[in-house]
Amino acid sequence: MSQDQIAVTGKPAVPVARPASATGAGFGAFVRRHQIVEHIVLLFGVLLMMGPIAVAFTTSTHDPVTIHSEGMQLGFGDNFLPTYEAVIFEQTGFTKQVTGWGMSLNSLILGLGFAIGKIIVSMLAAYAIVYFRFPLGTLCFWVIFSTLLLPLEVRILPSYEVVQGLGLLNSYTGLILPLIASATGTFFFRQFFKSVPNELLEAARIDGAGPFRFFWDILVPLSRTMIAAIFIIMFVVGWNQYLWPILMTTDESFYTVVRGIRQILQVWIGADIPDYNEALGLAIIAMIPPVLIVIIFQRMFIKGLVESEK
Amino acid sequence: MTTLEIKQAVKRYPNGALAVKGVDVTVEEGELVVFVGPSGCGKSTLLRMVAGLESVTEGEIVLDGRLVNEVEPANRNIAMVFQNYALYPHMTVYRNLAYGLKNRGTPKAEIDAKVREAAKLLQIGDFLERKPSQLSGGQRQRVAMGRAIVRDPAIFLFDEPLSNLDAKLRNQMRLEIKRLQRRLGTAAIYVTHDQVEAMTLADRIVVLNNGEIEQIGAPAEVYGAPASTFVASFIGAPPMNLLEAQTGDGAIVIGETRIAAPVHANGPITLGIRPERAHLANGSGGADGPPMQVDTVEELGAVRLIHGSVGGQHFTANQSADEPIPGDQVRLRLLPDDLHLFDHGTGRRL
Amino acid sequence: MHKAQFQSPLYPYLLLLPQMAIVAVFFLWPSAEAVRSSFFLQDPFFGNETFVGIDNYTDAVTRSDYGRAAWFTFLFTVVVTFFSLGIALLLAVAADNVLRGQGPYKTLLMWVYAIAPPVAGLIGIMLFDQHIGPIVDFVALFGWDMRVGVDYWDTGIAMMIVATWKQIPVNFIFFLSGLQSIPKGVREAASIDNPSPSGRFWTIIFPLLAPTSFFLMIINITYAFFETFGIVDVMLKGEPGNNPVTLVYKVFLDGFRGNDLGGSSAQSVILMVFVLALTIIQFRLIERRVHYT
Repeated sequence: MSQDQIAVTGKPAVPVARPASATGAGFGAFVRRHQIVEHIVLLFGVLLMMGPIAVAFTTSTHDPVTIHSEGMQLGFGDNFLPTYEAVIFEQTGFTKQVTGWGMSLNSLILGLGFAIGKIIVSMLAAYAIVYFRFPLGTLCFWVIFSTLLLPLEVRILPSYEVVQGLGLLNSYTGLILPLIASATGTFFFRQFFKSVPNELLEAARIDGAGPFRFFWDILVPLSRTMIAAIFIIMFVVGWNQYLWPILMTTDESFYTVVRGIRQILQVWIGADIPDYNEALGLAIIAMIPPVLIVIIFQRMFIKGLVESEK
Repeated sequence: MTTLEIKQAVKRYPNGALAVKGVDVTVEEGELVVFVGPSGCGKSTLLRMVAGLESVTEGEIVLDGRLVNEVEPANRNIAMVFQNYALYPHMTVYRNLAYGLKNRGTPKAEIDAKVREAAKLLQIGDFLERKPSQLSGGQRQRVAMGRAIVRDPAIFLFDEPLSNLDAKLRNQMRLEIKRLQRRLGTAAIYVTHDQVEAMTLADRIVVLNNGEIEQIGAPAEVYGAPASTFVASFIGAPPMNLLEAQTGDGAIVIGETRIAAPVHANGPITLGIRPERAHLANGSGGADGPPMQVDTVEELGAVRLIHGSVGGQHFTANQSADEPIPGDQVRLRLLPDDLHLFDHGTGRRL
Repeated sequence: MHKAQFQSPLYPYLLLLPQMAIVAVFFLWPSAEAVRSSFFLQDPFFGNETFVGIDNYTDAVTRSDYGRAAWFTFLFTVVVTFFSLGIALLLAVAADNVLRGQGPYKTLLMWVYAIAPPVAGLIGIMLFDQHIGPIVDFVALFGWDMRVGVDYWDTGIAMMIVATWKQIPVNFIFFLSGLQSIPKGVREAASIDNPSPSGRFWTIIFPLLAPTSFFLMIINITYAFFETFGIVDVMLKGEPGNNPVTLVYKVFLDGFRGNDLGGSSAQSVILMVFVLALTIIQFRLIERRVHYT
């Protein structure tokens, strides 16, 4: 698309170039050689993607009165420490029992529990499906497959009732297990296991490896990078859960940070000057762990994302 | 002593397809037997049945006097070298070699001794701590063989082990495999679709086609007296010329030329002539064979290949590079001993 | 073909047990329950229920607010899908072409993926806030008095913008990896056959990206339907009032706020059918893609 634009900028350069061909053609060539148009497009894209976050962060370092009277701020303010101290350590909520720190821990438990639980459960299931021939194999496959058809969002109410019936409201188990039900991880590992050369299994069988040994000695080590990739994605997905925690957790001590975002909306209700800075501060806190993980493990993350969706 | 007996082995897949149709093969102690044939002929399936990687539908696999049809691959006392080597990519060379022994519960010191001995034999001692991805194709090939050797098996099974190497390395490794096998004195089955590999490596060749054995014999026998037109055209490069011909009155008739030969049959036959046995008559030198229309000449250095037709059928002849290049038309000189006669219908040797 | 190799009477069932148990309890059971309760009318106070056939469906679908939500969801989906795909493709093509700085651009353009939708919603609602929002100030320069949270369409447009922004990184990542998987030889052959860069893009590169684009379209539709819940909820501050809602949000509203279990379930089932259709299309496409390679 941007190549298109190069062509457009390149063409008028020719007539202009006629009187002073060196400068005109030179400019067109310069634009093309240094991919100026591409860089402009990309810089615009970076501005679009980063701008809102940057403004959110800088605004969070001002005090609410300034924000209320002068709008969101581009410059760095002097209220950074008070804002983040309040967000992280001050007791909030109706019961005054929960802090930003406590919510972050809950998010961490959800993110880790979801990612690790999902990897274990789905690796085992995928191993059974790919490497065993057994009577109910196909049926099991289709049952697991069917979970891809219905996202949690379309069955929230009955899911809530089931979890309530099991007495799992306001518990980490109730928070994590239902989210693991979706088979994305199983499919990911199934796909990967199928790409492992069959000869490896044959060689292992000749080397005397049974089902357990093959899984533990060969398959798990072979899957290391895949496990890491899926872990990163699942951690981000788990950390970012919103709808399910809203339904599941009424006890504020189980709130996650992302769940806490909803609570902080109350700042608008009944306040003359809402604590904009604290709301934005919480948003920044909520995005830091998943963003850091995605940036640090970028290569693995992209690999996992692109391959798991295939 | 007989190491391996395959008796009336049949492989039928669940969908009914017959891959192996009742095959009998024996492998003697220390012998290297090559299964050769085109892809889909059942040679790999047969090998995998011996390994225990494919179940045996009917028949028996007897290894060292023990019926192993239902024995797990790991307990069969075999070792296999795979086409793509199937090295464990996450393990070092050392651990690749040691893995099977470890699973058998071999003591550590013994594993170490065996691994180092095999590594020395294969000259991979310097690579023991490397991963397979850090090795060249030839080195990986050696590691795969090392993994087979440390098991000290009754029989080696090679499944097209050289097909992933380039031509030069392939020739070199072929020789090494043969030397190694001689030195160890262990029986081996070697599967390939490459007739050159089959000829050079084998003590005996088993030519397979369509799940059936076409011929079993020493390389010279298979080459010199092919049992069928299939074997005749599969073994030897360029392949044997096969011409439609008539017989009668103690002679073979190709087109309008009669060749006196001690034949008893009457009627149509298929006549086989190896290219190097089709002599081109120089000048007028008394040739009484059929005329050949020359079409293309390929120089190969020491020899040249003369392509053309005889009686309207494609024909190739070899000629020493010392001889003059023939004109458009030459006469062939054929000796009765060099003629192979095959049944016109079944293709079997007469 | 992968041959299943191990045969064991017990092992596979043990391996599958955790997954199957979770699926049965937290997926099959609730889904069946959703279908069942969509045919009943529940009394929220006494807990008894009456079989009403398809009344819940007809009631749900014929209500005017359902039609309004469906229309909004449709527009929302079309706009979000179109713009997030378009902008991401533009950025991906540019990033694929540049020789310098591709790494930093890639990082800066993709990390918004990691931000939770409600967090994006929160930042969005600040940017569109009546008092402090710079975007509202900006459009006011053009005479647009944007009143997010009050005006139906102003709110809707703000939601679309935030949802589009949040989805650009995923599309960017997929487009870029799609572009980079086009063999160099194909590009070189094209540059010999076709002198115009834009011609090459539309005749060679774009068709080769088609499988990725179709696939992303499905992903984006699913996203616009379901995963925008957090954005919608936060931007409405949990109080929809007269503001636009998506169909998924309405399932939540009617079920948890309106205590209309039957109606909410009926809407769920309708969405299930929709997702089912979408998934079938997706798998058809994947099958086709497999045939290509």
